[in-house]
Amino acid sequence: MERTAQVIRNFYRDSVSLMQLSSALAKVPGVRQASAVMASAANLSLLREAGMLDGEIAAGPNDLLIALEAKTASALTAAMAQAQAALRDEPRVTGTNGAAAATAVRSIEMAVAAQTSANLVLISTPGEYAVAEATKALRLGLHVMLFSDNIALEDEVALKRFARERGLMVMGPDCGTAIIDGVPLAFANVVRRGSIGCVAASGTGLQQVTCLIDRLGLGISQAIGTGGHDLHQAVGGITMLAGIKALGADRDTEVLVLISKPPAPEVAQAVLSAARRVRKPVVVNFIGADPATIQGRNLFAVGTLEQAAHAAAALVRGRQPSTRPLASARITPPRLAAAQRYVRGLYSGGTFCYEATLLLAARLGQVWSNTPVRADDALANVWKSRGHTVIDLGDDVFTRGRPHPMIDHRLRNERIFAEAGDPEVAVILLDIVLGHGAHADPAAEIVPAIERARARAARHRRRIAFVGFVCGTPADPQNLPRQEAALRAAGVLLAASNAGAVRMAAAIAARGRVARTSGRAP
Amino acid sequence: MTTLFGSELNVVNVGIASFAEPIAQAGARVTQVEWQPPAQGDQAVVRDLARLVGNGEVDAANQQAFDAYAGVQPVLEGVGAAGEHIPGMGERTILHAGPPIVWKRMCGPMQGAIIGAILYEGWAADAARARSLAASGEVRFAPCHHHDAVGPMAGIISPSMPVWMVRNASAENRAFSNMNEGLGKVLRFGANSPEVIARLKWMQSTLAPALHAALKLTGPLELKPLMAQALHMGDEVHNRNAAASGLLLKRLVSALLKSAAPAADIAAVVDFIAANDHFFLNVSMAACKAMLDCARNVRRSSMVTAMCRNGVEFGIRLSGTGDTWFTAPAPVVDGLYFAGYSKAHAAGDLGDSAITETAGLGGFAMAAAPAIVKFVGGTARDALAHTLEMGHITLGRNAAFTLPALDFGGTPAGIDARKVVDNGILPVINTGIAHREAGVGQIGAGVTRAPMACFAAAVSALARSLDD
Repeated sequence: MERTAQVIRNFYRDSVSLMQLSSALAKVPGVRQASAVMASAANLSLLREAGMLDGEIAAGPNDLLIALEAKTASALTAAMAQAQAALRDEPRVTGTNGAAAATAVRSIEMAVAAQTSANLVLISTPGEYAVAEATKALRLGLHVMLFSDNIALEDEVALKRFARERGLMVMGPDCGTAIIDGVPLAFANVVRRGSIGCVAASGTGLQQVTCLIDRLGLGISQAIGTGGHDLHQAVGGITMLAGIKALGADRDTEVLVLISKPPAPEVAQAVLSAARRVRKPVVVNFIGADPATIQGRNLFAVGTLEQAAHAAAALVRGRQPSTRPLASARITPPRLAAAQRYVRGLYSGGTFCYEATLLLAARLGQVWSNTPVRADDALANVWKSRGHTVIDLGDDVFTRGRPHPMIDHRLRNERIFAEAGDPEVAVILLDIVLGHGAHADPAAEIVPAIERARARAARHRRRIAFVGFVCGTPADPQNLPRQEAALRAAGVLLAASNAGAVRMAAAIAARGRVARTSGRAP
Repeated sequence: MTTLFGSELNVVNVGIASFAEPIAQAGARVTQVEWQPPAQGDQAVVRDLARLVGNGEVDAANQQAFDAYAGVQPVLEGVGAAGEHIPGMGERTILHAGPPIVWKRMCGPMQGAIIGAILYEGWAADAARARSLAASGEVRFAPCHHHDAVGPMAGIISPSMPVWMVRNASAENRAFSNMNEGLGKVLRFGANSPEVIARLKWMQSTLAPALHAALKLTGPLELKPLMAQALHMGDEVHNRNAAASGLLLKRLVSALLKSAAPAADIAAVVDFIAANDHFFLNVSMAACKAMLDCARNVRRSSMVTAMCRNGVEFGIRLSGTGDTWFTAPAPVVDGLYFAGYSKAHAAGDLGDSAITETAGLGGFAMAAAPAIVKFVGGTARDALAHTLEMGHITLGRNAAFTLPALDFGGTPAGIDARKVVDNGILPVINTGIAHREAGVGQIGAGVTRAPMACFAAAVSALARSLDD
């Protein structure tokens, strides 16, 4: 064991600096003990007790003493050199005049304290914490958009009643998208601003309507998401009612669009009577509901998301919405073998899947699904299609432990390949969703999968029709025209909307002999 | 209906950080919250907290508690025997630091200090007999805090010991603390050798009467102005009291000379004070205790009125939850250690001195004390950052204690337990570190944080009391 002690005369450093230096020296390889102290009598006796100092040493309280104990002489030398260097060091010139590092914002309360004009909290924490965060936001007087899901219905009811008492709005839970004052929130598209205000209990439904309005050259004033359970009997449509009232009073909104699956009858009545009180035209799409149940001088019932967008656009332009079905795009489908009869819809958007199920069933008869509209049509095995099948790949059964199919295309790509091996498949029907939060380049993910599927079918001398639509806008980060061009180049037959794509798919599968429906119904 | 639109959209984003980007791109203001599950994700606490945040009743109660704390005018009245002046102390009582604890669970330094106090009182003839007396149950142990008192480290106060007497001139409540023995082998670190007892006896026989006589001549000494002045001189009046100790001596020295005490005693008293840069600490603590006791028992208030440690447990009290202690295991301080010692030798966090942080001083006033910023990273900027960070868990600022580094703004004061849990920011505490064995003494110093579990439990208890 090697020991050394060195005195630096009349060299003062405060005890904390010296403790820091001591602990740095103790970390030099080979050093057993290190102590840098002012050589007061007390400190010297301490060092003696610690066995770091032998015999007398000529040093006083104004002298700095460095005592070291190490395994080797070279470690001693290295540590002493480091000590000398550290003591010579000029003070760090990080400066005391610079601002202290700001503390990160750690809570809603802290964010509000930092800027009192905050008015909306977007919450996407895990579901089990989201209710508490939303409660805090409401107590602090802020509106809430609750992206989080897995929230109990009774918690949703409590939150929304609490909000209503305070004149606040809760969008959600499980609210995927909203556009407020032109600002896209969560999974929203970049749409033009305009005079159409939407309230929707469906995220993808809202995306479809806002994107189609953009495609029609018009824009959105506000797009409010309510969450999928808002029109449930227990919740009573609290957020939709608040949204109707807010849009009714909003000077920038000329026409309203309401979107939901058919609500509980008493909730539907409350919503429709609120809509009738608005002195503006209101387009209502209760997806799959009988239009006869939607009556009112300013109400316009439509059967599809596509019709909702077209009706709203007509109303803004001062025209009556057309009751004629929309024309299908002219396409050249591939020649199919006789056995190829079925449509397989592989959806990433839940509302698209639901709408497609209804529209296809109206044209082709029974449609199987993992999320069937009629319980009888439930697939026994969701991993295996039969007949006409429409799958919602965003359903929990597929997303457990996996990213959503709008972000990660692998699962759908595998399913495309599997369907291509089925000799009865005529059409594979796809939705491609753009916007903030969605995959940065969906076409680049899907096109190779389509090519592999085509090659698989070709080995059996079959061709398959790929039909789809892109829900997005030119201003979206993924760029609608670029995505459509890439898909067209890969031979995908594209419609502008989900309803259009379904019509196309049905026509191809039925070789043009689709059941023609008339009027506004799908 | 407060409509969401019409006013500028200004979003607080809690959760997925990438949602903030498109909002900013669209030209709206967005604040990203660095969110973590509060209270380590304890669901019950998470929900309890949500009932308290933004709760108007709690906000009003906190304002009341804070105003009561801020309105206190502590004055140093004198020095007297603990047994005579501390209410409810009784004859065979020894007060200790921290929340309640039984003899056999006490840490080494506290047991050592109690043995020393028994020897000092003459209740036992030697250390072994003192130990068995302590274990016998014939001596009552109680927290200082249960008797309007506070004590640093082991915080031992026995009936004959002289104590500082601080009175609140605006509401007549009083607070007490023992007297500081200096560094080295001292009772508060568990030493109980004859030299320790001898020093305590000298303090009782010479130091205390001299100071009391001097204070009679000066009249009650206003403590807030003295502490405020010390803050401007580089103290934070917890771990650095060099300026305050000097200021106190300056206030007293003339009166000492005018007193009837023999010149040799006066010289010894002046030497004793001058040699101990921590002499003022115990006065500072008693002043803080006097301030915070006025904030106690305000129904619904989430303001913290005490933080203290007994070496085994860390305990806090809230204004709105009465006498209840909320405790968690006392952390071992990750500080800077003297040569030859490390964390392995350290006792758990110890002492009532965190009363200073509770009152907005100590670690909360770190920006005042550049001389000890090495504990918090080494730069004055780091020290300022600590003080600013504490501003996010406090109810207000103490206008009596201004800091040059805050452009003479007050120190952040009045810890709000809600904010501690919600923000996940723990109160910072400047502290000395005791050796785990009795009598070795101080082996280091550093900065530690109060444990979250105390605050989580306190928040839950307060939330449940809303239904009362």
